[in-house]
Amino acid sequence: MQGLEDLYREIILDHYKNPRNSGQLDSPPAHRAEGYNPLCGDEVAVYVANDGDRIVDIKMSGQGCSISRSSASLMTVAVKGKSVAEAREAIRTFKNMMSIHEAALGAEAEDQVGPADLRTLGELAALQGVVKFPVRIKCATLAWNTLSQLLDEIEAGESN
Amino acid sequence: MEAMTTQDTTDTLDVARIRADFPIFDRHGEKPLHFLDSAASSQRPIQVLAMMDEYYETTHANVHRGVYGLAERATEQYEDSRVAVGAFVGAPDPSREIIFTKNATESLNLVSNSFARGLFAPGDKVVLTKMEHHANLVPWLMVKDQMGIEIVYIDHDADGYLDLDGLDAKLDGAKLVSLTLCSNVLGTLNPVKEIAARAHDAGALVVADGAQYVPHIATDVQDLGIDMLAFTGHKMLGPTGIGVLWAKAELLERMPPFLGGGDMILDVRLDGYTPNEIPYKFEAGTPPIAEAIGLGAAVKYLSALGMDKVRAHEIALSEYAFRRFEEEFGRDLVVHGPKNPLDRGGVLSFAYRNVHPHDISQVLDQFGVCVRAGHHCAKPLMRTLGVAATARASLYIYNDESDVEGLIEAIAATRSFFG
Repeated sequence: MQGLEDLYREIILDHYKNPRNSGQLDSPPAHRAEGYNPLCGDEVAVYVANDGDRIVDIKMSGQGCSISRSSASLMTVAVKGKSVAEAREAIRTFKNMMSIHEAALGAEAEDQVGPADLRTLGELAALQGVVKFPVRIKCATLAWNTLSQLLDEIEAGESN
Repeated sequence: MEAMTTQDTTDTLDVARIRADFPIFDRHGEKPLHFLDSAASSQRPIQVLAMMDEYYETTHANVHRGVYGLAERATEQYEDSRVAVGAFVGAPDPSREIIFTKNATESLNLVSNSFARGLFAPGDKVVLTKMEHHANLVPWLMVKDQMGIEIVYIDHDADGYLDLDGLDAKLDGAKLVSLTLCSNVLGTLNPVKEIAARAHDAGALVVADGAQYVPHIATDVQDLGIDMLAFTGHKMLGPTGIGVLWAKAELLERMPPFLGGGDMILDVRLDGYTPNEIPYKFEAGTPPIAEAIGLGAAVKYLSALGMDKVRAHEIALSEYAFRRFEEEFGRDLVVHGPKNPLDRGGVLSFAYRNVHPHDISQVLDQFGVCVRAGHHCAKPLMRTLGVAATARASLYIYNDESDVEGLIEAIAATRSFFG
């Protein structure tokens, strides 16, 4: 099951079994957004408490497979305490890593997510193996797309 | 071209011989293929593929139009398939009562749209069950939005059996009942014959969704006592892109057309049109000719096997699977729906420990085991089961004990990742 070892790395299984920042924040004052994957029924809710430009707390809840849950958990760790701009950069780097297009480019793709990016990604790099399983990319990106939408709403001042 | 080679005269299906008719089992790759997703779409035998190739290579022309020999032969083959498919479900007047559509979903949309164009009035009551596929749910919800019909649901118990207490109250004043013959998630075989009789007593028409039933169980629309039946070709060894609606001729005569265009008219003026006779009234535009002919070959293949033997095979294999699941996994593995194989089709939706269905399906794929993971287009039912998704293994004529064993080995392997 060599291929599966790439997908189900230890860090991923650890975040799946022991999710970080799991739960809810009172909203308001916190901001909240939901994401769904209509194909499989996975759901995620992301809560962000901000102080001006800074994400002072973040929680996530919902249900889904190991990839979708662990990715949500890893995401909360990656952006907690960061500025909105830094969080957006993390989203961009992560979604870059999840791009099938770049994976298809083989060696060139590794140049695009370079060592500096991988350092930024930290534990998130464990999710790199997902790209080899294209059906699961939507699982991995669900929470990130939801956070991206939530940050849009916060900046537009529309969220509750 | 000899279309039928699998004339089986024994009491049980000869699975090895059947598998030899399905090229995919030889050609898909290195690993043995344990294809357990026929409830989503079956594989197809060489007899169906060859029939379609032969049609395209020797016969193709548009149907019901040309006066030349080629077009006549195409029309004849298309109409022969209509009769064969009708005979397969016991239609009393197949040449007039079988309508070819794109799939079962389109068949049900044909019924709901047609009824919304003259046979329903606002406030009319439609009775469904809570285990319907979205295809037999959303079309009625659309009519509800459009003209304000009332939708009432028959409930089911924890084991997946319909709760018929209070049925007569639900049927009282109902215009139409639409329900599945076999649940695509629970496998439940619903007592459609009894419900149809009680619905008729209440003055309601009965539509049956046979997508998961017609491919697996000998079907007789007259014995079931229903008014309409929807099913699809690709779940019963036929090609994709071909579905069927059977309905009683006198009902089809009353129903307004669904799609408009060529072939469905007798006359067109600038201020109106006169619809064609049935069944052509409901077949606008060039139909899926080769697909209809392929479906005709598929029902011949199934008839040659014998639908009673197909059913007996699936009951025996379901019993085997239940027994082996119990032996290997005990309470760690739960199959949703009725536990008695006689009360269910060969659709085994299961939960294994707390492993998410996606993760089960992913690990199974490494073992060449194909199952469906997801909500199976039945989200309301998923909510009543209290799950977002299930893994579903479904059985058909080319499956045997080795597929069940492959499934069990692969399920056990999920423990190396998920404890």
